[in-house]
Amino acid sequence: MKNVATIVRKELGTYLGSPMAYIVTAVFLALTGTFFTTFLAGIGYADTSIRGFLNAARFLVLLFAAVLTMRLVSEEKKVGTWELLLTVPVRDVEIVAGKFLGALAMLSAMLVLTLYYPIMLLAFGDPDIGPLATSYLGLFLLGGACAAVGVFASSITANQIVSAVVAGGILFGLWFLGVLGGLAPGALGEVLSLFSLSTYFTDFARGIVDTRGVVYYVTVALLFLYLSVRSIEVGRWR
Amino acid sequence: MIRIEHLTKYYGERLAVDDLSFSVEQGEIVGFLGPNGAGKSTTMRIITGFLMPTRGDAWVGEHNMATESLEGRRHIGYLPEVVPLYTEMTTRAYLEYVARLRGVERRAVRDRVDDVVEQCALEEYYNVQTSKLSKGFRQRVGLAQSIIHDPEVLILDEPTIGIDPIQVAQTRQLIKQLGENRTILLSSHILPEVSMVCERVIIIHQGRIVAEDSIDRLSSMVSGAERLRLRVDGPAAEVSAALEAVAGVAGVSFREPDHLVEFAAGAQPHGEITAAIVAHGWTLTGMETMTMSLEDIFLQLTTEDDHADEANGAATEDDDPDAGGAVGADE
Repeated sequence: MKNVATIVRKELGTYLGSPMAYIVTAVFLALTGTFFTTFLAGIGYADTSIRGFLNAARFLVLLFAAVLTMRLVSEEKKVGTWELLLTVPVRDVEIVAGKFLGALAMLSAMLVLTLYYPIMLLAFGDPDIGPLATSYLGLFLLGGACAAVGVFASSITANQIVSAVVAGGILFGLWFLGVLGGLAPGALGEVLSLFSLSTYFTDFARGIVDTRGVVYYVTVALLFLYLSVRSIEVGRWR
Repeated sequence: MIRIEHLTKYYGERLAVDDLSFSVEQGEIVGFLGPNGAGKSTTMRIITGFLMPTRGDAWVGEHNMATESLEGRRHIGYLPEVVPLYTEMTTRAYLEYVARLRGVERRAVRDRVDDVVEQCALEEYYNVQTSKLSKGFRQRVGLAQSIIHDPEVLILDEPTIGIDPIQVAQTRQLIKQLGENRTILLSSHILPEVSMVCERVIIIHQGRIVAEDSIDRLSSMVSGAERLRLRVDGPAAEVSAALEAVAGVAGVSFREPDHLVEFAAGAQPHGEITAAIVAHGWTLTGMETMTMSLEDIFLQLTTEDDHADEANGAATEDDDPDAGGAVGADE
């Protein structure tokens, strides 16, 4: 646990010490803010809803998770610090956990900054707190799953661009399984939807906490973290 | 302290380390020598637990690095060939991070960092970002991180590569100091370095050991008779012929501008040689006895089969003026 905390702290320090995190956050806020406002303007401010924000954020989380995680392992492999990290008395699983939690903390901080939108709604209107809370829970869970996929993608290459593209490919692939599921007939369609990142998010946005959703996102996260550990192990035998 | 048994490593189809066995006793400083691509780094990466062997075992103390890697790693300090620096960190932040990863007690971290910074003379660069350090100081920060947890075993992969001569001298001094109470395995393809720092040498080539002994013994093992380097002011071909005619001379070769004379075993024909030169009316402008240097040993051992390229690569590295000529004499 101590090692995980050490790595999380280092990763956060690296994020906050470089301009990238600030730029990424600024762009995230600008985009989500725009969608939040234009949606409200579109309905003539007749509702106190963050639906505009959510519509944008659920996609942007995929994209930004891929970008935030791309350097986690790839950069260390490229620079050579990976050799240090793998020869100190720290377990592979601790390295993966530290990197994942560092990225998740960063992603969560970005989400926390967007709380500005619901707070504004609370100040000027009377929104329903329930759906707001579950929407954020959904975004957090989705973000966790995305960060885990990102860590895995980063662990298989020394090239950050490749890492981002692989993570983006897996994430958008999993997302659009839902669309595919809607098109495919009968049981096949249902099975495809079952494995899609998009399926369960709708409920969270409506104010429903579906256990299946929670289990799904946590499972995806754990699966890809497990694959990351395996990928590090395989690297030693290569 | 370090024990390698029948170590073999394939990278895909390529054989990098071929059934290697050796050991390094406690307190020894051993040089690990070989041309680029000989398998030095791979072997060190297996000893430190970064890579798994295809076959065979690496032991550090009582720990098999394949099955008890984590325990073994606690006893090892490692400086990889590429100094593993987080360039966004200051020297201090970096060393503190490595100390924590290395399991140094939280309260002791500050003290340990102070200690190694002093030992490696890094005080001035304590709060400097590591990306702004010169190559030599990066190397020193690399050494500092390798001893932060006061390990019994140090694995140093090319610790003086790419730094200027003054810093090389300082780094060697530092390594000698570190070796006073540690077991060190140090790789290099710069031969004088090894002879200065190490007590024993293991020479590998194409993943196999070609020689393993003390430097003195290696030298006497390989060197045959004594040789002489002569500079004679006269027509080269005639000089060669005249020298070959002297009793006690086993062979003469000409390497612009010098003649290299090899003596027959036990012969000391210095007088006869000078006499022959004077008799022909030539002038002797230079004379030097050549002893077998580590370069010669190295080249003889690694060029027995036709690997001229690697041999040339190694020869250009040396800073011993004898080496080039000596090689010529041997071939």
